[in-house]
Amino acid sequence: MENSTTNLSRRSFLKSSALAGGGLMISFTWLSSFKAVAEKLNNPGLPDQWFELSGYIKITPDNIIKIYNPNPEFGQNVMTSLPMIVAEELGADWQQVVVEMGPHDSVKLGPQFTGGSNSVRMYWKPLRDAGAAARNMLMQAAAQTWAVPVEEITTKAGKLYHEKTGKSGTYGDFASKASGIPVPKGVKLKDIKGFDVIRHSKKNVEGLKIVRGKPLFGLDYKVDGMLIAMIEHPPAFGMKLKSFDASQTLKMPGIKDVFRLKMYEDDFEFGGFDTRTFNDLLVVVGTNTWEVMNARKKLITEWEPVGDRKEKVNSFGRKKEVTIPGELESSDVQYQKMRTRAKQPATVLRKDGDPEAAFKNAAQVIERTYNAPFLAHNCMEPMNFFAHVTDEKALFAGPLQAPGWVEPTLSKIFNLSPEKIEIQMTRMGGGFGRRAYGHYLVEAGLISRQAKAPVKLIYSREDDMTYGIYRPMYTATYRAALDANKNLIAFHVKGGGIPEHPVHENRFPAGAVDNYLAESWELPSNITIGAFRAPRSNFNAAAEQSFLDELAEAMGKDPIDFRLELLQRAKERPVGKNNDYDADRYAGVLELVRDKSGWNKPENRKYNRGVAAYFCHNSYAAHVVDMVTKNGEPYVERVFSAIDCGVVVNPDAATNMVQGAVVDGIGNAFYGGLTHKDGRSEQSNFSEYRIIRIHEAPKSIDVHFIENDIDPTGLGEPPFPPVFGAVANALYRNTGKRYYNQPYKNDIINRKNNIDKKAF
Amino acid sequence: MITLNINQKNYEVDIDPDMPLLWVLRDVIGLVGTKYGCGVAQCGACVVHLNGEAVRSCVTKVKRADGQKVVTIEGLGLTNDHPLQKAWLEADVPQCGYCQSGQLMSAAVLLRENPNPTDQDIDDAMAGNICRCGTYLRIREAIHMAAEILRKGS
Ligand code: FES
Ligand code: FES
Repeated sequence: MENSTTNLSRRSFLKSSALAGGGLMISFTWLSSFKAVAEKLNNPGLPDQWFELSGYIKITPDNIIKIYNPNPEFGQNVMTSLPMIVAEELGADWQQVVVEMGPHDSVKLGPQFTGGSNSVRMYWKPLRDAGAAARNMLMQAAAQTWAVPVEEITTKAGKLYHEKTGKSGTYGDFASKASGIPVPKGVKLKDIKGFDVIRHSKKNVEGLKIVRGKPLFGLDYKVDGMLIAMIEHPPAFGMKLKSFDASQTLKMPGIKDVFRLKMYEDDFEFGGFDTRTFNDLLVVVGTNTWEVMNARKKLITEWEPVGDRKEKVNSFGRKKEVTIPGELESSDVQYQKMRTRAKQPATVLRKDGDPEAAFKNAAQVIERTYNAPFLAHNCMEPMNFFAHVTDEKALFAGPLQAPGWVEPTLSKIFNLSPEKIEIQMTRMGGGFGRRAYGHYLVEAGLISRQAKAPVKLIYSREDDMTYGIYRPMYTATYRAALDANKNLIAFHVKGGGIPEHPVHENRFPAGAVDNYLAESWELPSNITIGAFRAPRSNFNAAAEQSFLDELAEAMGKDPIDFRLELLQRAKERPVGKNNDYDADRYAGVLELVRDKSGWNKPENRKYNRGVAAYFCHNSYAAHVVDMVTKNGEPYVERVFSAIDCGVVVNPDAATNMVQGAVVDGIGNAFYGGLTHKDGRSEQSNFSEYRIIRIHEAPKSIDVHFIENDIDPTGLGEPPFPPVFGAVANALYRNTGKRYYNQPYKNDIINRKNNIDKKAF
Repeated sequence: MITLNINQKNYEVDIDPDMPLLWVLRDVIGLVGTKYGCGVAQCGACVVHLNGEAVRSCVTKVKRADGQKVVTIEGLGLTNDHPLQKAWLEADVPQCGYCQSGQLMSAAVLLRENPNPTDQDIDDAMAGNICRCGTYLRIREAIHMAAEILRKGS
């Protein structure tokens, strides 16, 4: 550990005061919202020395403790909850902690990506280790100074004590000395039972800035001389630019340049998260967003079909060549193609027992098919990024989930070594998986290089919705075989998608049924897809959990009891190998939600109740949804949720996230869907793409966490998928009909009008 | 030349009078608390007060605000600790936070007109503000809390 002191704080103070004056400069050294500390930092007696105890921790002589959040924040609360983990082991007084977003530096700050509900899970151990090591360094420093054995030193709330001699001091007193001590390894961690920061709700450290409208987001980022750029992309998937005339555009006020831009060379090898929705772009650059938006309208463009194309992909070492069809796709045609493809043979992903024989011998076979459309992420803050690229170096700043995944691409394209590329991570106005794809950094960088200026690329809402990386279009057919005694003897899922299938072959109810078959197929498409909050699961949980509900009914069983029986079976006599869930924990959330929702209580019979449970991202979630009819429409009035994600770091924020996932789930289940006509998105703004609003949100969402001492697992995604299933099941009780096609509001209307050929 | 009184400060700006107030605030004046979400009056991220009324600045031409009083999130409450802001922090409403300026500005007009709103009143008044993160329940809770703060005069 180098003994580093910096003047960071003085600089950040100066930057923020510039901001207070004109609001034009923004500094990405964010201080926490705690007034006491903030006031101290703004005093003339400003701390100007920060002693670094770890990549995550710096301390001033007057005991202000700065903790760097390593991971991009998109609303999942990592800016607060990750520093809480450090503070816990460090033994810091949370009131003395200021939190700052860390730089992109994976040597010091680890993997730095937000995705797969991984933030807390992957940082749990490293952050605890970092906090414990720093505490130990402070203890050693005090022991040396006081000439006492280090074992006799105790700490509490940012202070060190030696009881026998009555000596005490703050962390700040020893920060300088401690920063020179080598970082110890394997320091004993706290007993989970003794946590006093973790498991104790802390307010969002950026709350004050958010409610005061301070610049936090990429769209707020600004430097002197910065230009604004927007991209005119093809009007349809499968099209490219043929020619353009920008003469009128260039005459518009504030417009600097219009040019054509090729994203990737033809032989470019794509990384796993590189994507080129459109490779040939038309760019308008100007000084003011509105002027650029206006000038775009004056472009005269001619587009032509791209035709089939091939792409070389190297996804984290797995190389393949993919052919992307040039067809201008329409949702109705795609839907019919899926129907046809679903009848043909598929790839067997898992097979237990003899499912063919079991289905042949069955007394009853139940078969249902479920469909769901593309979904757009619709992050509240549209895609945008700042770039300033020169021949020597590049600076990027904006909303991004995984800087480390786009950096190699930037390095290749701009021919700069990674040290010459700085990526600053701003707070994101939502992500949901969309911002794991950094193509917009490539775009912003290329525009900056061409324009020879610092540039902010901004997507309009329409750009954002029609130039997306969507949740794929899915279908799955579920079959169950029952014997004469209505026992479940075989289970079959055959799922497909455009362009990716949804099947998780080792998930429940795999392992609980003797004869089991999981199959998949895929149809290629030129519509770009990617991760969307709980990929695949967000469809499976709807389909599978609706199907299990229907099965339970056919078998004359209570839906929760039926699931618990299957889980009991999976626990006692698991079928097959690689079952990827823990049957006990799965059953645990079902039992908890049964209990908390008063599942069998007569007073709850006035509600049309639906239940669903699901496992993904290493966590378990179950919901009971209580539906009523409001103004003639089904409305989810109450929800009960039970979650097992191990130790909950910041309980109130975790509750907020589960509530948000429930609202998001209800919204997408009822209204979500992006459709195409001849390659063109049929929805391009919120007037056409319906997002759930406050009057459609439940009155209450009652969230319960299983209390255990298991290391934390994911939370951002797991509560989301089972909402779809619970809504579908409640809908059945509310309307007397089963709905198989998302979004359900459309299915309800289609059913009323006897339209069954149209999917969405 | 357009004259604007924004958060009790006067500005003279030489711009196209048709430019939406949103972009004048963000790109010309440098007040970026007001957010762009849709540009077509659908999401409410851009709500500001024009002479005390909630307007969607993305569709409000700046000429409409000429010589008028505009309040943005940066000017909400005299010392920027409006009861709603306190309540928002207490209920820890935000997730990503992007929609929240607009939510607060809409809620401020609601509370002024109706100091004791029911859930139904809140739903009616706030239906124009999308929160993609789904913080609606906490928004309701925080508005009730702010009403309580106002009633107690603290
Ligand atoms: S940006 Fe104005 S309402 Fe959406
Ligand atoms: S908090 Fe993210 S959109 Fe509302």
